[in-house]
Amino acid sequence: MKTYDQEEALLKGLAANDSNSIETIYRENYLAIQTFIVKNSGHPDDARDIFQEAMIVLFEKAKSSSFTLSCQLQTYLYSICRRLWLKKLQRQNRFNPAIETDQVIVAVDDEIDSHEKMSSDLVLMENAMMKLGEPCKSLLEAFYIEKRSMPEIAAHFGYTNADNAKTQKYKCLMRLKKIFFAHYKNTD
Amino acid sequence: MEENLLLDAIERYRNGEMSDEEKASFEELRKNNPDIDQIAVDHNFFLEGLERMSDLRYLKHNLNNVESKLINEGVISHKGDRAKAKIIYLWNRYRRTITVAAAIAGVVSLSTASLISKYSENKKVGVITPLVDNKLNQFEYKLNQIEHKLNDATALASARPKFEANFRATGFLVDGNGYIITNAHVVQNAKNLIVENKKGDQFYASPVYSNITNDLAILKITDSLFKKVNELPYTFTKSSAELAEPIFTLGYPREEVVYGEGYLSAKSGYYGDTTSYQISISVNPGNSGGPVIDKDGEIIGIISSKETNADGVVFAIKSKNIYNALKEIKKDNAINIKLPTRNSLKDLSRVKQIKKLEDFIYKVKGN
Repeated sequence: MKTYDQEEALLKGLAANDSNSIETIYRENYLAIQTFIVKNSGHPDDARDIFQEAMIVLFEKAKSSSFTLSCQLQTYLYSICRRLWLKKLQRQNRFNPAIETDQVIVAVDDEIDSHEKMSSDLVLMENAMMKLGEPCKSLLEAFYIEKRSMPEIAAHFGYTNADNAKTQKYKCLMRLKKIFFAHYKNTD
Repeated sequence: MEENLLLDAIERYRNGEMSDEEKASFEELRKNNPDIDQIAVDHNFFLEGLERMSDLRYLKHNLNNVESKLINEGVISHKGDRAKAKIIYLWNRYRRTITVAAAIAGVVSLSTASLISKYSENKKVGVITPLVDNKLNQFEYKLNQIEHKLNDATALASARPKFEANFRATGFLVDGNGYIITNAHVVQNAKNLIVENKKGDQFYASPVYSNITNDLAILKITDSLFKKVNELPYTFTKSSAELAEPIFTLGYPREEVVYGEGYLSAKSGYYGDTTSYQISISVNPGNSGGPVIDKDGEIIGIISSKETNADGVVFAIKSKNIYNALKEIKKDNAINIKLPTRNSLKDLSRVKQIKKLEDFIYKVKGN
């Protein structure tokens, strides 16, 4: 069993997208989740999807400064996966009230709610990106997603200097914001 | 301040790229100017969205890398075949094998009348029992055999092979020269195959093509007693069918041909499989390999499977795949199968369409 400090360190690593921490968490928790899902009318592929989504929930929590782990990491992940799987079963309209639980669980409804909100915002952002079209999409992705420097981007896209690339980036950004907020306000 | 400079400042502040002095004056600016403050709030919210997108992309990338690493190490495995886990094929495996014909011929001549009355009684009992079991199938089957025998004195007795069938599915002619299409999963492990038409005439057939990937198989009727059909009434469409399009099928979930109708519910099949459609229709084991036909008598697909856990979710292979299969056959076996080109079902009433169609829909049986 891991100590509290070790688990805190793992979460910090996860928040920083550190692949070693992710690997450790994956290695130590995945099989339990797969067993649970398969036992409850799921397929290993479902287990993979649910586990990875739970990792995203955990990542979002770990990123927020206010988060402290109030139970074991394993319990927490298991609880999230269980909740996500229940939701998925409900959506597929084959809710099985007698879902088997052989572990301690904690309440994770707040996490799941905020995760769902974040996911829907993310979908809006991705859709806005899609609508933006090229070359704006690639330009913004290079800067905001891949976090490349302005001179690098200028060279890659063939701008004569970084300032021109920056002006173009600004124009693209304004268009993206317009598309994003138009949809964002509609959905709220 | 121009907005691009402002946004730039917001981003630099956010990324900690400002000097303390600049930071202080920027904070001051926001405090004293509500409009600028609002712009900063909006922009920060928007940037958070972009950052999350960036983070999650890296995270997912990492997760997938870790997953493949662990799979390679054998730490985790996704056992089981997804297709097998959740969909069932619509062919009928008799739990008890039935003896196909041949032997019956002798029995009939001995005591036809008593047999018929005996089986008819049993059949009546069967009708009020909602359970369809394999026993009922057997009685029904034998009864049919006897009736055919009586109706048709010149029945193709010699053509009836002597073997026990242990499954039944559907197939239909794609070429009047005796080529029948069905599902690959139907014929996959069969040692012997026969096809049987509505009248009960049975013919030996053997696969000339069977591809488990597209789940299509083409059988050639090898029996010399099979009479070539000059013109098939239906055609095969290459184009995609439309959502909500009404469709119907004919098949052999029972010993007798069964009609069913429904509609196209999605343009892709199980887990987004673009080579098949999702249709909503009532089908049962035995319907596998049956045609999915639109209102004009064009064949748009072939029934293959249904989802175990959901009602009315049936998958049909798009008929476009048939064209591809025929190309492969031509290349590999040098057999040229010609799909019918003239549709004589258009604008007919459904009853008339079925009358014209049903002769070309076959039971596919084997062991």
